[in-house]
Amino acid sequence: MLSWSGKKWIYITTAMLLVFLILFPFDWFLGQYTYLMITIGISTMVTVGLCLLMGYTGQISLGQAAFYGLGAYFSAVLSTKYGYNPWLAMLIAAVVTGAFAYIIGYPMFRLRGNYLAIATLAVGMILGILFNRLSNYTGGPDGMAGIPHLSIGGFAFDTNFKRYFLVWFFCLAVLFLSQNIVRSRTGRALRAIHGNEAAAESLGINVAQFKVKVFVLSAVYASLAGSLYAYHANHIGPSSFDFLASVKFVVMAVIGGLASIWGAIFGAGTTRLLSDQILLGFNNNQVDIIIYGLILMLIMILMPEGLFVSIKSGTLWLRTNWRALPSIMKTKRDELPARIKYLFGRLLSTRLWRKPEP
Amino acid sequence: MSAHQFAQYLIDGLTQGSIYALVGLGFTIIYAVTRIINFAQGEFVMLGGTLSYVFAVTSGLPMPLAIIVAILVAAATGVVMYLLAIRTARRASVLSLIIITIGASIFIRGIAGNRLGVGAVQPPHFTGNTTILFLGAKIDPQELWIIGITLSVTILLHLFLTYTMAGKSLKACAINPEAASLVGINTKTTALTAFILAAAIGGIGGVAVAPLSFASYDMGAMLGLKGFVAASIGGFMSPIATVVGGLILGVVEKLAVGLSWGPFNSSYKDAIALVVLLLILLIRSGRLAAEERSA
Amino acid sequence: MRKYLKLSLFVLMTVALVSTCAIGCGGSKETATKEPYVIGAIFSTSGVSASLGVSEANTVNMLVDKINKAGGINGHNLSVIIRDDGSLPDTTATLATTLIEQDQVLVIIGPTTTGETTAIMNISTDAEIPLVSCAAGAAIINPVKYWIFKTPQTDKQAVVEIYRYLQSQNISKVAIITSTSGFGTSGKGYLESEAATYGITLVDNQRFDSTDTSMTSQLTHIQGTDAQVVVCWDTDKASAIVAQNMKTLSMSIPLYCSHGIATPAFITEAGDAANGIIFPAGKLLIVDNISASDLQKTVLTDYKNDYLAKYDASTLSTFGGHAYDALYLVVGALENMNEDLTLAESRAAIRDGLEQTTNFIGISGIFTMSPTDHLGMQPGSLALIEIVNGAWTPVQ
Repeated sequence: MLSWSGKKWIYITTAMLLVFLILFPFDWFLGQYTYLMITIGISTMVTVGLCLLMGYTGQISLGQAAFYGLGAYFSAVLSTKYGYNPWLAMLIAAVVTGAFAYIIGYPMFRLRGNYLAIATLAVGMILGILFNRLSNYTGGPDGMAGIPHLSIGGFAFDTNFKRYFLVWFFCLAVLFLSQNIVRSRTGRALRAIHGNEAAAESLGINVAQFKVKVFVLSAVYASLAGSLYAYHANHIGPSSFDFLASVKFVVMAVIGGLASIWGAIFGAGTTRLLSDQILLGFNNNQVDIIIYGLILMLIMILMPEGLFVSIKSGTLWLRTNWRALPSIMKTKRDELPARIKYLFGRLLSTRLWRKPEP
Repeated sequence: MSAHQFAQYLIDGLTQGSIYALVGLGFTIIYAVTRIINFAQGEFVMLGGTLSYVFAVTSGLPMPLAIIVAILVAAATGVVMYLLAIRTARRASVLSLIIITIGASIFIRGIAGNRLGVGAVQPPHFTGNTTILFLGAKIDPQELWIIGITLSVTILLHLFLTYTMAGKSLKACAINPEAASLVGINTKTTALTAFILAAAIGGIGGVAVAPLSFASYDMGAMLGLKGFVAASIGGFMSPIATVVGGLILGVVEKLAVGLSWGPFNSSYKDAIALVVLLLILLIRSGRLAAEERSA
Repeated sequence: MRKYLKLSLFVLMTVALVSTCAIGCGGSKETATKEPYVIGAIFSTSGVSASLGVSEANTVNMLVDKINKAGGINGHNLSVIIRDDGSLPDTTATLATTLIEQDQVLVIIGPTTTGETTAIMNISTDAEIPLVSCAAGAAIINPVKYWIFKTPQTDKQAVVEIYRYLQSQNISKVAIITSTSGFGTSGKGYLESEAATYGITLVDNQRFDSTDTSMTSQLTHIQGTDAQVVVCWDTDKASAIVAQNMKTLSMSIPLYCSHGIATPAFITEAGDAANGIIFPAGKLLIVDNISASDLQKTVLTDYKNDYLAKYDASTLSTFGGHAYDALYLVVGALENMNEDLTLAESRAAIRDGLEQTTNFIGISGIFTMSPTDHLGMQPGSLALIEIVNGAWTPVQ
């Protein structure tokens, strides 16, 4: 177990993080970027669900944006067109999305790997088409406006400042809940499934049920995030919930590290910041897309475990080896020619055949 | 629906389906040999179409030469994709490979959009655009070219796979790569061949369809998806079944518009392909799962 | 895992702090900049609406140069920050927030399409900054929102223009074919709702996706009805495909299109099939044919000449004209604005100035705004144009 000094560090850094988050939206600190942080918080919620799904059960979802959209549209339509209380609408949306995920979960999880990915993609796109065509309910391709703000009694969440706290409250709740799940018996069961499904099954774990449960949970997270987004932006349109959006969530999960819950914040944050900086820097959305694709490829090729985990292990290595650094660098420099030859040889004799995860 | 209308839907459907078939062949070839789903398949078609215009009209090459160069560039892109992305991601998981190919498709599309602009371009028709009457339907001559090219490619591919050494290696790797390498087949070269073939076929499709219905930097996405559905109908393993699947999909889409009955109308025709895809995946889930496990 | 947690959290914190400081310390936090006047513009210079956005951005750049060379506005130079949102409403929202809070602009011009505009109407209202949109949707100004204005004619006006003409030609049976994009869907809505008023019956109602490559089946279906004309509602590329498909199918009934094809690119794309198509558009396209007594003639001719001197003829379109109008409306408000105001007061003053615009002769029409009308365009600003031998001619 952790020594007292180890635990002290965790408490200190968690406290620092919380203080940072609480102080963030004030004008004298970093209040300019409140809008940005709200969107990061919302994205994090979706990403955590995806991390649980992909990292802990090894299932791929290329249609997560559809659940995000379901949450957004249900909350929006119920609260705008039918006058439901926004909180109730949000709850109903989460229930409906969860139920939908449950119904399609069982048949879909009979598929594996590539095929599951494609199935989730197809479901996502079908929902996207429905969002677009059912204009009587959803407002069609231009979306729907006039979505109300969330409010408690007379206190309405009508400024970025207020919504920041609301969103991050939900986000942190989701993160803590997920952390608990991961550390519990359920988490161990999930890790067993990820390791080897047949073995897990033989230990008495109902694999199919667990997979569907995690899928439903990730759908509910996404739905909550979607609802919060609807109440924040007061206007939603189908273009926010398409395939590209699903891909972006997957990227966030991957960058954050699939098996890392808190990495989700890192993943969502980095992706969003990067995207914005490219946008503002090049002032051309096309270039933004090009760089996005490039980064995607590079990260998956070079750091398949995710940026976050790579940075973690990288800094750990630094911490243990910093004294020996100069001599290590010299050795590496001398070895370079030989290493290049070796790498070349290895590259050429690679086994092409890829086995799916055991 | 009159007889004339039916003939129209049929022939137009076969044309549309031929393009889906060509894209689907690309998916099938790569998947069968390497078990990778190449999300960038539609972009090869886009490259073929847009580049044939660029070389023919902007660079002023004679049309046949422009076509050949466009197809070669598409094939070259396939090679580059294979080397950079697939080869270096040696022990990559299924998820990594999916994301890499998605990243590649986004990258290729972005470059095309940046260099070629966002407008749609239309290379000249192969033999003019005067309407001809064919089996009761009024069609653009380019449609016959498309159908003809697709059939030729299918036949040539079949001959290639059955009678040439390279083709047989592809088949062997598709059935069992370990056994194939045991008998001396170079799996890396075979995989490279698969990529080149898929890219070239995609490029051919693009070259054939662009004179009829324009080429633009974003045409790859939808085509890729529909072609994927065609490949799934063929079980990802049989080229002939893929082509048949593509043709059926094309005809069904056009007929749905013609029927205009319930959800089968022009508004939801894209959803048809997706629903078909889901049904096929679900129906075949048992067999597919067994396949994945044995791979 | 727990051993590394403390270090990783620490690294995470440091990275977060450092990066936010790096970004945050870049910008300045001054209040109202009075010299020069800084305005923001969001156009879709990439993505699906790029052909529209490029015209708009070019126009704004050209005009800003012109204005500054002539001495600016009351001695203040005009500075425009143009951002590209790639035709994606989410991006529009991010860019608008950046322009408002970091660049601290006085007013925002654009965006290009309705979906993008609706995405930032609330942002604009909450920040109390005026927005002059270049998008067509009627919902932008109906109901009127205090801070939101727009310059293009609404889709409804375009539809009415076509229907009125059809009625005068005693045509009553119409088949419509519209795209599933925002523009197409909006057009479909008005085509359906306005039909009865002009004695029109819709005998067929087909849809297509903007990325579709062949509309022959939809048109074949239309051929089976007794439609007298076909009305197509989408931007240039898909409309060109419809035109070509109709020619292949040897359809003899006339084709009417939306103002989405009011660009030279359409004629290039559609080729021979373009001839005979009739569509409503601003008078810019037929400026040479309008009479000298038309109030807009000088303004239109000058704009056309200035634009062609700097940019390619293939991007000259009425969409650029919407940006012209938006910019000059803002300039008009700035000219009358007091000089010693804070940022918030300036934004409010510009809004008031915009609302008080009277008889501004623009490219899209003549504008007179009021508290109940934030479009302010008089009827008759749209002309019916026919493509004859690859050139635009007014319909008599």
